[in-house]
Amino acid sequence: MQLITEKGREGRGLSLLPPCDVERAEPAQADCRKIPLGMPSVSETEISRHYSALARRTHGVNDGFYPLGSCTMKYNPKIDEEAAALSGFTQIHPLQPAETAQGCMEVLYLAEKYLCEITGMSAMTFQPAAGAHGEFTGLLLIKAWHHSRGDMKRTKIIVPDSAHGTNPASAAMAGLTVVNVPSAPDGSVDLEALREAVGEDTAGLMLTNPNTVGMFDENILEITKIVHEAGGLNYYDGANLNAIMGIARPGDMGFDVVHLNLHKTFATPHGGGGPGSGPVGCSEALAPFLPGARVQKKEDGSYGWTGAEQTIGSVKAFYGNFLVVVRALTYILTLGREGIVEAARNAVLNANYLRTKLADTYPMAYDGLCMHEFVVSLQSWKEKYGVTALDVAKALLDHGIHPPTMYFPLIVHEALMFEPTETESRETLDEAAAALLEIARLAQTDPEALHASPRTTPIGRPDEVTAARHPVVRG
Amino acid sequence: MGSYVPGTSREQQEMLQAIGLDSFDQLFEKIPEKVRLHELDLPEGLSELAVRDAMEEIAGKNRVFRHIFRGAGAYNHYIPAIVKSVVAKENFVTAYTPYQAEISQGILQSIFEYQTLICRLTGMDVSNASVYDGATAAAEAAAMCRDRKRTVICVSAAAPPAVIGTIRTYAFGSGAEVVIAPQKEGRTDAEALKQLLDGRTACLYVQQPNYYGQLEDCEALAGLAHQAGAKFIMGCNPIALGILKTPAECGADIAVGDGQPLGMPLSWGGPYLGFMAAKENMMRKLPGRIVGETKDDQGNRAFVLTLQAREQHIRREKASSNICSNQALCALTAAVYLSAMGSEGLRETASQCYSKAHYLQKELAKAGLKLKYQGDFFHEFVTESEIPSSVYLKWLEEKGVLGGLPLSRRDILWCVTEKNTKAEMDELVGAVKEVTRLCS
Repeated sequence: MQLITEKGREGRGLSLLPPCDVERAEPAQADCRKIPLGMPSVSETEISRHYSALARRTHGVNDGFYPLGSCTMKYNPKIDEEAAALSGFTQIHPLQPAETAQGCMEVLYLAEKYLCEITGMSAMTFQPAAGAHGEFTGLLLIKAWHHSRGDMKRTKIIVPDSAHGTNPASAAMAGLTVVNVPSAPDGSVDLEALREAVGEDTAGLMLTNPNTVGMFDENILEITKIVHEAGGLNYYDGANLNAIMGIARPGDMGFDVVHLNLHKTFATPHGGGGPGSGPVGCSEALAPFLPGARVQKKEDGSYGWTGAEQTIGSVKAFYGNFLVVVRALTYILTLGREGIVEAARNAVLNANYLRTKLADTYPMAYDGLCMHEFVVSLQSWKEKYGVTALDVAKALLDHGIHPPTMYFPLIVHEALMFEPTETESRETLDEAAAALLEIARLAQTDPEALHASPRTTPIGRPDEVTAARHPVVRG
Repeated sequence: MGSYVPGTSREQQEMLQAIGLDSFDQLFEKIPEKVRLHELDLPEGLSELAVRDAMEEIAGKNRVFRHIFRGAGAYNHYIPAIVKSVVAKENFVTAYTPYQAEISQGILQSIFEYQTLICRLTGMDVSNASVYDGATAAAEAAAMCRDRKRTVICVSAAAPPAVIGTIRTYAFGSGAEVVIAPQKEGRTDAEALKQLLDGRTACLYVQQPNYYGQLEDCEALAGLAHQAGAKFIMGCNPIALGILKTPAECGADIAVGDGQPLGMPLSWGGPYLGFMAAKENMMRKLPGRIVGETKDDQGNRAFVLTLQAREQHIRREKASSNICSNQALCALTAAVYLSAMGSEGLRETASQCYSKAHYLQKELAKAGLKLKYQGDFFHEFVTESEIPSSVYLKWLEEKGVLGGLPLSRRDILWCVTEKNTKAEMDELVGAVKEVTRLCS
């Protein structure tokens, strides 16, 4: 398909601005650009049709089942979009006087209050714009806390080998050295390996629970205790909170810092890759280090700003991806205390239901009940039939289903990670299971058919190797 | 209570039975009793109608100003209707990062087009798919320039406080040192800067126009950085690039900025957009996602996420950044905005911002607010006065005008965009005159 820059004709354009109603002024020639702008010359019709065509070539949650593991692709309620589009939110300047932005401040105040309750934390910042940004922020809190105690030698952060890649990358950005600990055969933290890894140089531990293989680590209290006793702090990666919200809280498990992905657990849309929101909650001991300004409710009921006295500084301009927080608050108000629990229960129910339907056919990487997601390992299929996780994923495209997460976690060979979420109906799960069973039949009888998939998508399998070797990154 | 769970309680029971269980509690058996929560202290859920009322009530506690003369990092520009219509398309809104290229060609192509337009706007060779905002883009760019020998980040004191603050916080993480090059008369002090740059300097960050709206001599500053062997990072206002010299022409190694002026509403500070573009030799150091063009197995044009060997999911602790989610929908917004504006529209927008800001500055000077810095400016400028800033601003607020940002007791940073009309500016000036007259 043509690029927008390849469409249109010189001289075309939209009529958007009135004539300039003051005397025209110009900067000195030396300050002006000499190279052409080269923006598209297109009519409004062309823009509209171009993007409608691109939209047709994009699969969103609205288009079908999206069981992308660890991404929590639940339905994004439309009322949340309506709330975020209110002019009382969109037209507010971030540097308006506080008394004229009381509504915005109330949004942050309520979101902090409710999310602290859900996570068992004492305070929260909304400045981080995404999960990875939250990780970075949370690790800086840990670093600042150790420094404030004069404990400068704590430079190591323990990360299980099953962790998402952002965990070690965030640790590196925070100037911490990553100590990878191997997982036990059941995917949980190996307690012996952890005991050996901790010491006087331990800054902390980063963990998701349920972990990336979809299992709740039963030893969680022991794990956080080992780290605390060694003088470290525990960081909870909230990527998988959807499984347990309202059922158990990171704070009660011994975690000191938590980041949430509002664009996963709290139903805000992903926008094709963002904007997300990665608020960071922490214990009372860490609150003095939080970034940015925080909202405080004053005695007269109005809201004001308060700065943390030992703040790590700002991790971003202003107060974070505010409109994403508006959506999440709308969602929390809608679900309320029972709805939050209901969502978690059904997320886990749906995952186990789909897992049960597939368990006789697809080799499960781990036994037993799962939480909100489960992982299959197709290593044996690769050996027996020459069919890979990638082949199964691509074949699913022809069934109108977004594939599960592929090749993650890294500790499982030929991994496919399914996370159906609570917003899918039983029929959708049954249809997905039927499609997957049909693909399994083909794996055994006609693997070539799978290698040749997808056949019905706008393009076939792209040549990624050439793309990386001879990068063409602009038109 | 509201709910988005489709299954009835009967269906849920049947599904539990299908997996061999009788109750939900059995699903959570692995969670130790000690950490089980018994009740969440949240309000009861609400119907959609009730929640809509509740959110409207909260939004109603904000004051929407019809007349805005405040910028300082968030700019009140006109947003064409087509932009809002395109970015509301559900496929774009609800998709995840385009991991599966075959069903994500729309998103991938839109990012490729965004990269193309950012390269053209800045004159640079290669753009990433976006980062969180202008401040984080600046901090990420500084991180790209560090090596073992060069660990000092030099930042102009005339850069916005939010940018300086974010660079400092990132440096607290990485261990880099931050030095601030002083400003003189509202612009980076080139003489003082020369003394600061040396063999340890990784980069110099300068913003154009700077926090005070002033135009910097970026070409000269880039020259100073390069003489010291350091990289030059230029923070840009994308609207200003409609007429101002591009970072490429100034000799920048990396161009960054906040893309909010390109079609994103003020939204109390976010979501906005961080754009990053670099010279080709720095391509593999760029953080975040990059979309590349290739072909599919039938020879059709295709777009994919590329150069992923830089990224966290492959390189883990050795990645160029931890960034994963970015601001894709905001990047789409910027691309549609630039397409709707076209070269002519963008130039006109920039020209009106410049012309109107200069008109207002002259009129305010006549009304008692003196121009503080004498260099040329784009669409923001600082005034000073004997009468406290707060007196002027309070008076304006009562007339429904959000005036400039008070920088100190006497200084105000004003901003004018194409949206501000002459009539609106004349009214503003009239109100300022009243205050000056009453307080003198």
